Amino acid sequence: MSVMSFLGAIGAAQKEAMDADERVIIIGEDVEANVYGTTGGGKTRQETGDFVQMYGRNRIRNTPISEEGIVGAAAGAAMTGLRPIVDLSYSSFLYMAMDQLVNQVAKNRYMFGGQASMPVVFRSAMFYGLNTGAHHSDRPYPMFMNVPGLKIMVPSTPSDAKGLLRTAIDMDDPVLTFEACILWALKEEVDDNEFWVPFGVARTHREGTDVTIVAISSSVPEAIAAAAELEAEGISAEVIDPRTLVPLDKDAILESVAKTGRLVVVEPAHRTCGAAGEISAIVSEGVFDALTAPIVRVTAPDMQIPFSPALEKQMYPTKDDITAAVRRVTSFTSRNAALANAHN
Amino acid sequence: MALSDDDKLEMQRRMLRIRAFDERASKMVKRGHIPGTVHTSIGQEAQVVGATMALSDNDYMTGNHRSHGHPIGKGSPLGPLMAELQGKSGGVCKGKGGSLHLADFAVGSLGESGIVGSSIPIAMGAALSSKVLGRDTVALAFFGDGAANQGVLYESMNMSGVWNLPVIFLCENNQYALSTPAHTVTSGVIAERAAGFGIPGVRVEDGQDVLAVYEAVSTAVARARAGEGPTLIEVVTYRYNEHSEGLRLGTDYRPADEREEWLKKDPLVLFREHLIANGHTAEEMDALEADVLAEVDAAVEFSENSPWPDASVGFDDLYTDSEYAA
Repeated sequence: MSVMSFLGAIGAAQKEAMDADERVIIIGEDVEANVYGTTGGGKTRQETGDFVQMYGRNRIRNTPISEEGIVGAAAGAAMTGLRPIVDLSYSSFLYMAMDQLVNQVAKNRYMFGGQASMPVVFRSAMFYGLNTGAHHSDRPYPMFMNVPGLKIMVPSTPSDAKGLLRTAIDMDDPVLTFEACILWALKEEVDDNEFWVPFGVARTHREGTDVTIVAISSSVPEAIAAAAELEAEGISAEVIDPRTLVPLDKDAILESVAKTGRLVVVEPAHRTCGAAGEISAIVSEGVFDALTAPIVRVTAPDMQIPFSPALEKQMYPTKDDITAAVRRVTSFTSRNAALANAHN
Repeated sequence: MALSDDDKLEMQRRMLRIRAFDERASKMVKRGHIPGTVHTSIGQEAQVVGATMALSDNDYMTGNHRSHGHPIGKGSPLGPLMAELQGKSGGVCKGKGGSLHLADFAVGSLGESGIVGSSIPIAMGAALSSKVLGRDTVALAFFGDGAANQGVLYESMNMSGVWNLPVIFLCENNQYALSTPAHTVTSGVIAERAAGFGIPGVRVEDGQDVLAVYEAVSTAVARARAGEGPTLIEVVTYRYNEHSEGLRLGTDYRPADEREEWLKKDPLVLFREHLIANGHTAEEMDALEADVLAEVDAAVEFSENSPWPDASVGFDDLYTDSEYAA
């Protein structure tokens, strides 16, 4: 074990995969320069240099600023024997490559009757909360949940970032990873050995009995902090991080809500057609009879992201938003319950 | 690069296959025996086969909506292709792709595309695999004069130029993007655009001459295999049929005598005459044509005998681990 940052954990997973399989390559803008520290040797950097020195320019490829071409090239390479990791930098750059992601990457295996496999990972960072303005602050993972054929991971801890990314690289299907930059500096003890976190298995960060809080990406630490505060008020909150949105661990969420009877879903993406809305629908379809209060979503509003720190801060769910939502559902009394109480 | 007599006969056979397959498919669409529609390569056979015969069996290829000629030219068996057009279980894509999305990985056909230009970077990626893994395979992207105005072509020419990738960009300039004459939407000469990327750009003016196309593509393939990088080739050709079968446009966008002029340059007739002038008899050529018609009959029979796919197949192949499919 050693203490790793979120970014360091991503770098470690990439290095493991590069060492394990020579078909793994990294392509993207500025990957040679190791801008964010994910293509360097970590602690061994001074001895072994960065990825370019370790693996050479055949496997570490700087690209022109041509997202559509990059994504298409990675898809074609994945269909013919390579296992590319594509660093697309900012998640809003994915829009530049929408045709390739939606029409080629997601559809080729299905359209061609299973002839193609598509072992490729598209990494992108969500720079929200860092005063980068509307073009760099997107959290676009929900719109890709609407594209069958893609898998989506949204890690919230260094350890999960390392284990999920390694699974993604070793997987034969296309994976989009969305990394919240406000989590980059998080540090924790991470296993130095190779390990793989499975897709479709949620992580329960905290067990509880009164309410289930399903939290996504940077909302996870906010939800954990909210649960600690609520405990002092006598409210026992269970905090679940799905970790991957496609596939989604529906069973873990349904079982938890069946136990607690209440659900708050928290995410930094827009409200309409978000992951929170989808999870809410799954729960209401699956365990409606267990619910004792309405499901409440805590999300960003359907609004663009302003630049000014004074304006941006209010856009994403905070610990206080979550505690307020939990108090709302735990204090809810239905008309039926009120009537029943009146007769008793 | 020198073609044997057998190679030339194989060229004629593959061109005949495309013609006979597409003529039959056209009839089947109009009779409702093929769902949806198809886009035929009738008239463009030399442009297709001159290119595919310049490739080796292991080389890769991507295509577009005018999609049957490419896999036929690369040697894909006709039965599963016809069954795919009909949506049958014996289709090369299990009935899930259809005419627009034919693919036969067994012959290096990485897929046709319903989005024009979209498969161009896929071929570049196949060339990237060759480069990184040290293979000697090359990749060829077919696209039309319409797709020549898609930005992704220029991203791909730039990236494969700077990486020296073994890829050939082959523009099938049949002079119309559906109804739009290429010269009204295309500034300059397509082949000359290569110069901006420092790669060779070649224009084959007579795309009805299969040997001329073969010569140009063979040169590009040899360059690519030698590690000298990509080439853009523009082949001028003409489609004899409508953009898609059954399509009836209200306006006549092609000059009345234009098609007549191009019919005089039918690539199948031209190459038949070439073969006869080089030692073959008309009887041999007739026999070859009859043989190919029988192949297409057999392909239709294969398809007609192939059952409809089971409903569950509609839920296969989304992911490699099928438990996540539903």
